[in-house]
Amino acid sequence: MATLNVSVVSADGEVWTGDAAMVVARTVEGEIGVLPGHEPMLAILATGEVRVTLPGGEKITANAADGFLSVENNMVAVVAGKAELV
Amino acid sequence: MGAQLRVYRQRIRSANTTKKITRAMELISASRIAKAQARVKASAPYTRAITRAVSAVAAHSKVSHVLTTEPAHVDRAAVVIFSSDRGLAGAFNSQVIREALELEALLKSQGKEVVFYLVGRKAVGYFAFRKRASVRDWVGSTEAPTFDTAHELGQALLDAFIQDAADGGVDEIHIVYNRFVSMLVQQPHVVRLLPLEIVEGVEEAGENDVLPLYEFEPDADTVLDALLPAYVHSRLFNAMLESAAAKHAATQKAMKAASDNADKLITNYTRLANNARQSEITQQISEIVGGADALASQ
Repeated sequence: MATLNVSVVSADGEVWTGDAAMVVARTVEGEIGVLPGHEPMLAILATGEVRVTLPGGEKITANAADGFLSVENNMVAVVAGKAELV
Repeated sequence: MGAQLRVYRQRIRSANTTKKITRAMELISASRIAKAQARVKASAPYTRAITRAVSAVAAHSKVSHVLTTEPAHVDRAAVVIFSSDRGLAGAFNSQVIREALELEALLKSQGKEVVFYLVGRKAVGYFAFRKRASVRDWVGSTEAPTFDTAHELGQALLDAFIQDAADGGVDEIHIVYNRFVSMLVQQPHVVRLLPLEIVEGVEEAGENDVLPLYEFEPDADTVLDALLPAYVHSRLFNAMLESAAAKHAATQKAMKAASDNADKLITNYTRLANNARQSEITQQISEIVGGADALASQ
């Protein structure tokens, strides 16, 4: 199965980057889940959690504020002014 | 000990003390350059991601935005000067201020009014000494800039840009900062920040690439509304980081020159002191010989 290439970046630097099976983020319109093969998208993030599920099933959670989510060709970028792993 | 000799010894001691200080400062800034450069590098993914997203929106939708449209008539322009909080950095601050004043002269010759936003204590001091006005200033965080400062600065600039020139707003914003070219070269650099020109970083599509059709959430206008300010903030943050790295490099260079100069002074004064000591001894000998001769001839 294809995986997503996820990078979580904040203004100060890269917070986390790697492969994932699913990304769940909170946009201004509500929670959205991204699976491999998702159509290209640009969304504004609401302050809140971004949950990344790794191919092995483990979960990584990050807090993000003031940013956006972009999906393109199975590349997911969570770009936030402030972001940190929990 | 002769008076002359004492004076030379005093100067050697003084040069030695100064040298200790400048050498320490040189080493400190040398160690900070690497850290400052690492921060510039660490912020690159963020800048890249934002640039990509902005060019994606620009390429895939036909929206015009207030931040990207050229105003028909520019009445007032803002100039943001990024200086440092501390001196002892050679021409670092004077060159960026000179560049900004040249820009001011140019803008004025085009019939625009110029207002200043200052970052760093040195620019603030320069303006205060000459009793010149500035709109706002930020001091205290130039050594290790935080994104919060960039955000605050960006917000102030965006507010001014959106306001009408008649109500005290500005139509154009330029930033002047020192760029870290290499350890030895730091160049003042002028960029027009607003209105935005998004041409850089647009990725060329490969032959087999189908340009993705983007879905925007909530919609293209709102996304652009959120993206462009973020782009502005990241540009400002980048300028602050570059300026910090350049400042450390400039300090290192200036302090190295000062240490070398102290070395030269010490060598010179040691020679002069030796000379003075020798001539003192020669004088004493000739006095003794002269005295002995006088006694012998009696």
